[in-house]
Amino acid sequence: MSETSEPRSMPTRLIVAGDTKLVLPRHIKLRHDPGRGRWIILAPERVFNPDDTAVEVLKRLDGQRSVSEIAEALSQEYQAPLEVVTEDILAMLQDLTDKGVLAKA
Amino acid sequence: MNEIAPTHVTETAMPVCARNADGAPVADPGPDPALCARAPIGMLCELTHRCPLQCPYCSNPVELERVNAELTTEEWQDVMRQAASLGVLQIHLSGGEPTARKDLEDIVKVAAEVGLYTNLITAGVTLTRDRLAKLAEVGLDHVQLSVQDVDPDNADRIAAYKGGMAKKIQVAGWVRELGLPLTINCPIHRQNIHNVPRMIDFAVEMGAGRVEIAHVQYYAWALVNRAALMPTREAFMTAARQVEEARAKYKGIIVIDAIVPDYYAKFPKPCMGGWARGIVNITPSGRVLPCHAAESIKGLEFDNIKTRPLADIWLNGEAFQKYRGTSWMKEPCRSCPRKEIDYGGCRCQAFALTGDAANTDPACSLSPLHAQWQAVAEVESHSPNAPEFIYRRVGGAAKKPETHNAS
Ligand code: SF4
Ligand code: SF4
Repeated sequence: MSETSEPRSMPTRLIVAGDTKLVLPRHIKLRHDPGRGRWIILAPERVFNPDDTAVEVLKRLDGQRSVSEIAEALSQEYQAPLEVVTEDILAMLQDLTDKGVLAKA
Repeated sequence: MNEIAPTHVTETAMPVCARNADGAPVADPGPDPALCARAPIGMLCELTHRCPLQCPYCSNPVELERVNAELTTEEWQDVMRQAASLGVLQIHLSGGEPTARKDLEDIVKVAAEVGLYTNLITAGVTLTRDRLAKLAEVGLDHVQLSVQDVDPDNADRIAAYKGGMAKKIQVAGWVRELGLPLTINCPIHRQNIHNVPRMIDFAVEMGAGRVEIAHVQYYAWALVNRAALMPTREAFMTAARQVEEARAKYKGIIVIDAIVPDYYAKFPKPCMGGWARGIVNITPSGRVLPCHAAESIKGLEFDNIKTRPLADIWLNGEAFQKYRGTSWMKEPCRSCPRKEIDYGGCRCQAFALTGDAANTDPACSLSPLHAQWQAVAEVESHSPNAPEFIYRRVGGAAKKPETHNAS
């Protein structure tokens, strides 16, 4: 059946942890939608609507900083407890990773 | 609205009854009214009705538009500019087979330049690697490739096209090599529903990030062929369970979107996310429709992009205003608490089955015609021998397919 394609190793689910470094793949576009006055993420046949917190996190996903580093920065900036921030953004990032919006750097 | 607030991100599946080149609708409509507001978020562009395949469930109208009526390159480019300034976010380049247009690159280029997210919906059989590379280079964002079945012989028979499968495997490989994201679209019906798990496995094997298990929706050609296509309720339930199993097995590996056949649902789908709410469709000759099947509703007038600006058509066009919102509704929809959830279902289906598009879609269990309508599905789907396909082709229905071969 796959006579023309290279055999591919079975992909696995990425589990997001504190030391994971994430990026938005090239085909995922985070941008401001001026007509509707909000940020959006454009993805294949999907539009995601991130809230302010999500936008702050997503803008920091540069493939350099780990999830923990981002959580620390945000917890200082917004004076929120680190564990709460970490738990919150880990859940969000795992969800977006499962939906193909984020990938490992 | 923010019921998914713990994750900080809500999700709107494109309210696109968009289809692959050969016909199945795509995403479930999204629930977010704020996104739709004054402009469509998605635009379905039927660049041409030409297609080398002849799928018997194609959602193109039974009266296909001819090549000499098609919009020019400049006209399509202008549509892209108008769409972006109106607030459209994503465009779906569809057909027929959109790659049949030699100027596809020129259209994609302008769409990308004005910031539209571009989705190519193709059957793949006429693509070359060079062409795909050029499309990627000018800014194509995503490829959706249709697969008629995982069993190559059955796929050939369904599409009346020989050797399609090998070509599709090759195209899927190129898409991934070029770094483009891939969706595999599988239109599901009586004659391939037994292969649902294999289709999902196939999509994973091809490196797709998304797969659509898209039960055929019964209007246009699929309505002509309903008795050959309608699966039994039992087969549908089995497939639904298999999709759930695959979702658990492939979590984080592939997104599985399932479009269910409304014959076996209690309430209808909010077709297109509600008439004239989130999506606009442009035919090859430039007619602007609230839904790709809307021309089946007799008596509706449609504007052409050549003679009226897109924004004006969207906001004020007769066909758009006619069934927008809920004020046109009759009972039982008018007093129904679900009227802003499903918008009374599908107008085209209501028209086809009741003669009045303002009636409740018979897919709804509250429609007086529902029982009768479901009985038809029961009988047809259980008939021991499915009738022969009536193949899609220009100039009307045909029992015998024209012979095409992969080149
Ligand atoms: S009666 Fe109309 S609004 Fe109510 S569920 Fe049925 S189709 Fe939807
Ligand atoms: S409801 Fe009618 S108008 Fe809407 S997509 Fe379905 S067929 Fe088209």
